[in-house]
Amino acid sequence: MDRRDFLKIMGSGFASIAGADLLIPKRPLASTPGTEFYGILVDTTRCIGCRRCELGCAEVNGLPLPDISESTNQTVLKTPRKTTDRQYTIINKYETSEGPIYVPKRCMHCNQPGCVAACPVKAMRKREQGHVTWDVNCIGCRLCMISCPFDIPKHEYSKAFPRIQKCNLCWDRFNQGQLPGCVEVCPTQALMFGTRRQILEEGKRRIAANPGKYVDHIYGEYEVGGTSHLYLSAVPFEQIGFRNDLGTVPYPEYSTGFLYAVPFIFVLWPIAMLGMNRGTKKENGEEKEEHHGEETDKGKH
Amino acid sequence: MAGEKLETVAVAAEKAESPKIKSFGDFIDFLKKELKPEGSIATPFNIISLPIMLLGYVFIVLRLASGLGKPITNLSQQYPWGLWIGFDVVTGVAFAGGAYVLCFIVYILRAEKYHPIIRATVLNGFLAYLFYAGAIVLDIGRWWNIYNPMVGNNFGVNAVMFLVAWHFFLYMLAELVEFSPAIAEWLGARKARKILGAMTLGAVIFGITLSTLHQSGLGALMMMAKSKIHPLWYTEFIPILYFVSSIFAGLSLVIFEGSISHKVFAYQLDEHHKEQYNDILVGLSRICAVVMFGYFFLKILLVVHGHAVKYINTPMGYWWLLEMIGFVLVPCFAFLRGAQREDTALIKFAAIITMIGIILNRLNYTFIAYNWYVPLSEKYWPTPIELTVTASIILTEIWVFRWMVRRMPVLREPPAWAKAMGHD
Repeated sequence: MDRRDFLKIMGSGFASIAGADLLIPKRPLASTPGTEFYGILVDTTRCIGCRRCELGCAEVNGLPLPDISESTNQTVLKTPRKTTDRQYTIINKYETSEGPIYVPKRCMHCNQPGCVAACPVKAMRKREQGHVTWDVNCIGCRLCMISCPFDIPKHEYSKAFPRIQKCNLCWDRFNQGQLPGCVEVCPTQALMFGTRRQILEEGKRRIAANPGKYVDHIYGEYEVGGTSHLYLSAVPFEQIGFRNDLGTVPYPEYSTGFLYAVPFIFVLWPIAMLGMNRGTKKENGEEKEEHHGEETDKGKH
Repeated sequence: MAGEKLETVAVAAEKAESPKIKSFGDFIDFLKKELKPEGSIATPFNIISLPIMLLGYVFIVLRLASGLGKPITNLSQQYPWGLWIGFDVVTGVAFAGGAYVLCFIVYILRAEKYHPIIRATVLNGFLAYLFYAGAIVLDIGRWWNIYNPMVGNNFGVNAVMFLVAWHFFLYMLAELVEFSPAIAEWLGARKARKILGAMTLGAVIFGITLSTLHQSGLGALMMMAKSKIHPLWYTEFIPILYFVSSIFAGLSLVIFEGSISHKVFAYQLDEHHKEQYNDILVGLSRICAVVMFGYFFLKILLVVHGHAVKYINTPMGYWWLLEMIGFVLVPCFAFLRGAQREDTALIKFAAIITMIGIILNRLNYTFIAYNWYVPLSEKYWPTPIELTVTASIILTEIWVFRWMVRRMPVLREPPAWAKAMGHD
């Protein structure tokens, strides 16, 4: 190989490395000292299925107000529902070994959300205080929907200008010192708002202080790397609509294997290919076949 | 296409002379002349394709005006991705993989045997990304924000989708550079042809690197759907499976499309090219057979390693066996047999079966093996509108391809002045 080829290969190598560094995924910064994630402790033994949280949520978010009269509730709670592009939170009723149990379902505000990792434009963001919020620079690719293990983000398919809709832990109200809309109206304190540390402590305290009342597991403590909605239950969680096969690996970690390979491919592939192209070149009589502009190596050592 | 049968070698030779374009006005005149249809417009293909294309354009306007809801698409909260992403974009990009594979073979490994089809393949690849990756604009809900991954200060740099978006864009540019010598020859722009020819190797190396990453990247998009994709398909190595399968997906399309082009544009091919084409088919067939066998073995390995063998004796398992045996193993052996016997009919058959297998595979990841446990009444099926728009996009791409192959030196020999400059 002559000087020229050597410099070409080194140059492309360094250029790739410099460019590739931009692509190495950086771990998210730890929260600023003094900042903690906030969340909600959901004690399903206290929930009476009145659905006032659904009404409260709709009121503070300008969504259609659900009818939560006794008779309507009877019908609505017959089959488990999902959140929709019009309802950020819903109550489901499950018949269990301990009788009927009511469970509020909404965004879990994961510690390391899959939706945030999936978003190409940072429309889905995990705020420093733990809230996972959606913003209008979204392009509507719906990868957040595919990446959420709880199937929470909902797309407004019927609109020409659709948004992604989900609970945002009342981010705007939080910044005005107010409680989330659901927590504020819950009559039985089934919903408790606080820092994740506080609500986790409270959950463990309740379990320890009431042996036999609760299953000794807080759903969301470790699931998918931990979430900010933590659930207490009197029965195993599979009986009240929770999946027990989601694992404890934070969802973004499933993509990091591929992402870490990217800089290597960006550096190694061009070098290997340039090397192969140079290596397969015939030294004699190949001038005509050479790219115009690339001088031959005859006598250029 | 009766028009082609009328064209003579003399007319083709006349085209090989460069047009005299000295100003923008000249260029417009030249373009107008080139856009005039050459033969009969009312060919069977045109009569069938044009109404579908026009209907598709109407539906596209409807989609933009009213959103993605029914009856435009059957997308739902459980199935956010359907035909447009799963087939147009993801499968389309796999099929376009022939371009990077063939560029690697011709420009990096210098296997001159395949040189005659390189331009048609690169053109196909470029148009595929232009149209199919362009179809993304149709599918995303907030399409007016499409430029957001490209410009601004909100780059989701840790997101696989961000990487895929950039790669599609850069790869389109690389392929345009790779194909641009043919455009320069068409315009008679000798200076441009010289410069662009010198950029080919760089564009090829850049393109192959990008392709490796975005072919595997499309698979990486599904990594966080672990709880939703059936264990016989889900593995940490989905990106590698997508990359490996893009090799034989792309080459199968090259065989399929090449067979059609070589018949339709036979008048452009000299005897030498026609003789070589059989050798090319046999060579591609061998490559496909080897890669497909490796892919099959890899799949088995991953299923065993992932403790998913027990799922094979279930309905979804039978579906998986159908995809793996019927549409990977069978065409693999057909390619092998076809290459051994130089049986081009068998090779073409193998290519079609392989392509169906790729479609099945990609659609499995998008909405069949994805959320496979959802009850039948809630499952996703494409609407007639989705199917029409997809057909319209593909047919439009074929029309553009046809126009370019007719007017530019893609299959026919480049003009003498360009050949003197050397390798394109």
